Amino acid sequence: MNSFQMLEYAAWAIAALLGLWMLYDLIKTDRSFSEEVLTSSREGEIEDALVIDPPHQGGHR
Amino acid sequence: MTQSTAIHGERISLLRVLGPGHVWALGVGIVLVGEYMGWNFAVGKGGAIAALIACWFAGLLYTCVAMIDSEVTSTVAAAGGQYAQAKHIVGPLMAFNVGLYLVFAYTMLEAANAITLGYLVQTVGTMSGFEGVQDKPFIVLTIMFLAWLNYRGVYATLTFNLVITAIAFVAIILLFFAMQPWSNATLKHSELLTGLPYGWLGVVASLHFGLWYYLGIEGTTQAAEEVRSPARSLPLGTMTGMITLLIAATMTWYVCAGLMPWEYLGQAVTPLFDAARLTNSLPLMVLLFIGTVFSTLASANGCINDASRAWFSMGRDRYLPVVFGAVHPKYRTPYRSIVFLVPVALVFAYFAPLDQVITFSILSGLLGYTFMSFNVMMFRNKWPLGSIKRGYVHPLHPLPAIVLLLLCAATYFAVFLGYGTQLVAMMVFYIVASLWFHFHRYRFVRRGDQFTMAWPRPRGW
Repeated sequence: MNSFQMLEYAAWAIAALLGLWMLYDLIKTDRSFSEEVLTSSREGEIEDALVIDPPHQGGHR
Repeated sequence: MTQSTAIHGERISLLRVLGPGHVWALGVGIVLVGEYMGWNFAVGKGGAIAALIACWFAGLLYTCVAMIDSEVTSTVAAAGGQYAQAKHIVGPLMAFNVGLYLVFAYTMLEAANAITLGYLVQTVGTMSGFEGVQDKPFIVLTIMFLAWLNYRGVYATLTFNLVITAIAFVAIILLFFAMQPWSNATLKHSELLTGLPYGWLGVVASLHFGLWYYLGIEGTTQAAEEVRSPARSLPLGTMTGMITLLIAATMTWYVCAGLMPWEYLGQAVTPLFDAARLTNSLPLMVLLFIGTVFSTLASANGCINDASRAWFSMGRDRYLPVVFGAVHPKYRTPYRSIVFLVPVALVFAYFAPLDQVITFSILSGLLGYTFMSFNVMMFRNKWPLGSIKRGYVHPLHPLPAIVLLLLCAATYFAVFLGYGTQLVAMMVFYIVASLWFHFHRYRFVRRGDQFTMAWPRPRGW
């Protein structure tokens, strides 16, 4: 096995890890919150006053 | 940048954290790869001068797109961009189609970028003396890494795009000045520009790939629900992005047309990198290789961002299953849409030929531009100036809309000359999808809920 083949295997492994992490987080999130909450976003709402944003963006501090 | 879990009043929304720089990075990031590769196929269709005419022609088309988009989006500031515009101004069936144009244009472009990145890594491996080098692992890694980045938050995603896009743009500028454009020392336009080898028909045919200089700049509107000040940031980011691309496109053409004969340039895979190789300067070669890789990454990254927002918006309005309208409570991204589109991009990147993928992307984009021309006319008719607040008013209306429509018609003809079968196949696909939406899906849409703008009734209603 040459070093480039090792690079190829590493690429496969990292891609698989990232994919698995996303799936794991997606399932965990879906189980932790109700569907109503997860799909509660509404178009066009400017919710600076409602959501907790990082402090310098005008949300709650 | 920390992102807090945000559930307040039982609502989760996308995060408003972006500024004009991010909007610029989103638009230019998607497009700049077209300067590094792809635009030069216009040279193959009609020669270097035809490619320059196509560059200006497409530049005019996209200037109209940017002006129109800036006005409408500064008013309809919602994720989904042109999809949301169509929903409010034209109607549900048009919106469904526009949403599909967006998703397919960006997902296909993402797949094309991943294929290109895999090819670049494969080329480096082969040039380094390795045998049997595979491109597939790097294609898959590109898509998975960028999807993961998008999943984790929009701020990091577009800040990453800002940095790599800026480096790729600076690389073009440095190459341009290294060529000493003020002298004839390295650039040989007088010898290499040979007129129009295929006449004016070649010019028309080259329009197809002329779009590649700017394809995707309209994607800035997808950030509408994530910018801090949509009315200011979207027009500013889009217009500066368009100016950037006009400069980059002209510099790219000037350098490449002065270094390479049109017969070679018209089929080169990486024309800007080839131009750097002709200089025999190692720093320039390294810089342009990095620029090529970065521009490809930035484009795929922006495409994932835009396709997922369009898919998310359609899910939120129940034009698609409502599960796609979910927002991640911690990362505040449309996480299900991002994950769902990963296998779609992988299938196209893995199995479809590059030119078919690119053509499908161009045609979907072109259908979207055609929509924009009559969309803005309906917008001005239904809600004249003064009737609603606009963040930006584009000048010379309706001239840009008429010019855009005429240019789109000419480009359809150009595409038909080279890819008539694909054009017909794609139209059939969208007609079938429209029938499915009209007769099946639309009954699930909550008709009153989808119109969210606090506008007065349209004129004549």
